[in-house]
Amino acid sequence: MAQKTYMQAINDALREEMERDSNVLIFGEDVGQFGGCFGVTKGLFEQFGEKRVRDTPITESAIIGAATGAAAAGLRPVCELMFVDFIGVSMDQLFNQAAKMHYMFGGKISIPMVVRAPQGAGIGAAAQHSQSLEAWFMHIPGLKVVLPATPADAYGLLLTAIRDDNPVVFLEHKLLYGVEGEVPEDAGPIPFGQANICREGTDVTIVAFSKMVYSALEAAETLAGKGISVEVIDLRTVTPLDIDTILNSVKKTHSLVVAHEAVKVAGVGAEIAAQVAESAIDYLDAPIMRVGAPFTPVPFSPPLEEAFTPGAEEIVAAVLKIRS
Amino acid sequence: MTKSKEKMIQMYMTMYRIRQFESKLQEFFADGKIPGFVHLYLGEEAVASGTCAALRKDDYITSTHRGHGHVIAKGGDLKMMMAEIFGKSTGYCKGKGGSMHIADASLGILGANGIVGGGGPIAAGAGMAIQYRGEDGVVVCFFGDGASNQGTTQEALNLASAWELPVVFVNENNGYGISCPTSKSMAITDIADRAAGYDMPGVIVDGNDVIAVNEAVSAAVERARKGGGPSLIECKTYRWRGHFEGDACTYREKSELDEWVKKDPLPRFSKKLLDDGILSKKELEKLHAKIDTELQEAIAFAEESPLPEPADIFEDVYA
Ligand SMILES: Cc1ncc(C[n+]2csc(CCOP(=O)(O)OP(=O)(O)O)c2C)c(N)n1
Ligand SMILES: [Mg+2]
Repeated sequence: MAQKTYMQAINDALREEMERDSNVLIFGEDVGQFGGCFGVTKGLFEQFGEKRVRDTPITESAIIGAATGAAAAGLRPVCELMFVDFIGVSMDQLFNQAAKMHYMFGGKISIPMVVRAPQGAGIGAAAQHSQSLEAWFMHIPGLKVVLPATPADAYGLLLTAIRDDNPVVFLEHKLLYGVEGEVPEDAGPIPFGQANICREGTDVTIVAFSKMVYSALEAAETLAGKGISVEVIDLRTVTPLDIDTILNSVKKTHSLVVAHEAVKVAGVGAEIAAQVAESAIDYLDAPIMRVGAPFTPVPFSPPLEEAFTPGAEEIVAAVLKIRS
Repeated sequence: MTKSKEKMIQMYMTMYRIRQFESKLQEFFADGKIPGFVHLYLGEEAVASGTCAALRKDDYITSTHRGHGHVIAKGGDLKMMMAEIFGKSTGYCKGKGGSMHIADASLGILGANGIVGGGGPIAAGAGMAIQYRGEDGVVVCFFGDGASNQGTTQEALNLASAWELPVVFVNENNGYGISCPTSKSMAITDIADRAAGYDMPGVIVDGNDVIAVNEAVSAAVERARKGGGPSLIECKTYRWRGHFEGDACTYREKSELDEWVKKDPLPRFSKKLLDDGILSKKELEKLHAKIDTELQEAIAFAEESPLPEPADIFEDVYA
């Protein structure tokens, strides 16, 4: 077992895939010698050279579009958006091109590309550098959407993402980069669509992903002190969505809370709540609760950002509300 | 005092105000007093100062992530700027925006911008409003060398030229977009060359010479006011600090910075003011002292101001 950071785990997965497959290449803004804005691609330029680790101009539309074209022409590009917010500049290339080509062309062309992007609030970066946008991507058929919470998952899911023959949006939480965890020496790809039950419990199910998994575990600990046994499910990927694991858990606990950092309105939690209501409403003893950010842009000032960002406290409150 | 002398002094004061403001921020950031991240304008003061001295109060600007200089030059209030950067409720954006999002509608400042290239189309739109109302206002779009490669910037240049909008595109070519030198991000050396593709004048000026900047922008502004359409002015300059505070600048040679520091726009201009007898040494010192006091007051205001209340997050989502 090796102890490493989330960032190192991503870096390792990139390096190993590049060593394994010469069709894998990286490009994006400042990903070369600079090593990426957050340092995720450090050392890769030195090892693989400019041909495979390439700085682009500031040109997100062309970054996503070029990854799409390169993938259509047989490469396996992994491109980086410095912040997920910048997807706004390149939406067409991802949503209308990359996501739809396989289907529109009757399965004749595949787009094996990965878009890596950090998301999330917590560094005082304000409205255009702090969003959590997974629901946007989840809404588009043709994309796969990955949100690892731990270093081991970041590693294993990125291997899978790079080997997948579809466009994959790989969302890293910027506050997780420094988080350490065990990554087994013999770790391999982790299949998409297999949620991880990270804590077993009998009274209530909490579904989370990305950084919110830590808040869910913290909440579970607090609730255990109050005699409430919580099951925590880390989804790992929202497309594909492991609805079976959620349903099985709900059939056992009879209550469900879905928690994410993104704005609650029309978030992933809404989709999960709807699917559970459709399939298992008779098993529920309480309303399904969603924990998410308020319906506002991300504010700058620390007390505002703090008020914006949901965490363990909000999850505990949601559970207590349905348990009282 | 003649009008032009007065203007020269104003331009100098603006540069000095920016220099002092940014130097203080550098200190505050190092001391951990400022949340988030900060992009400083040190070394590029002549561009904002020379440009905004060519504008009226009712003219518009769009700014960038490196926007403090633009806002100060357009007449921004130091107190409200400092308070915003500190995240205080008395700041320009009530603490919601921070360093990258300062705006002042009363001064035509349509906002700094966290999205590189975000300002171009907005500038074109403001130009459209002016044209629509039949007014003689002008919009300046500040944008970096890095931003010049964004589709949004190119689309804005095209729209402005196709519709003959009163927009002056002021490019701040400081040689880098974060770590990426222009030699790697584009095949041409001069961003002004791109103007030809849009059939608009493309001018290159020494961005560390405030008079040269002012003359070039003034000519473009006059042209735009008279319905002559947009121009592109490329100001060659250099940022002294890292891309953001905390950036170790491993991608560029210290000697390159040293060369540019020798071209510091401030002493260069103050020497001219002294040599030409526009100011005496004593008057210059008095002006410095006045601005230093103004800045001290802004800092005190920011420090003493309250933080916003958590419930404030819900305000201003919609008009
Ligand atoms: C759409 C978008 N892409 C990338 C970034 C990250 N970023 C912020 S500033 C910057 C460099 C901008 O370079 P330039 O336009 O030359 O301005 P300078 O920083 O040199 O003033 C980058 C890449 C961003 N904020 N927005
Ligand atoms: Mg630049």
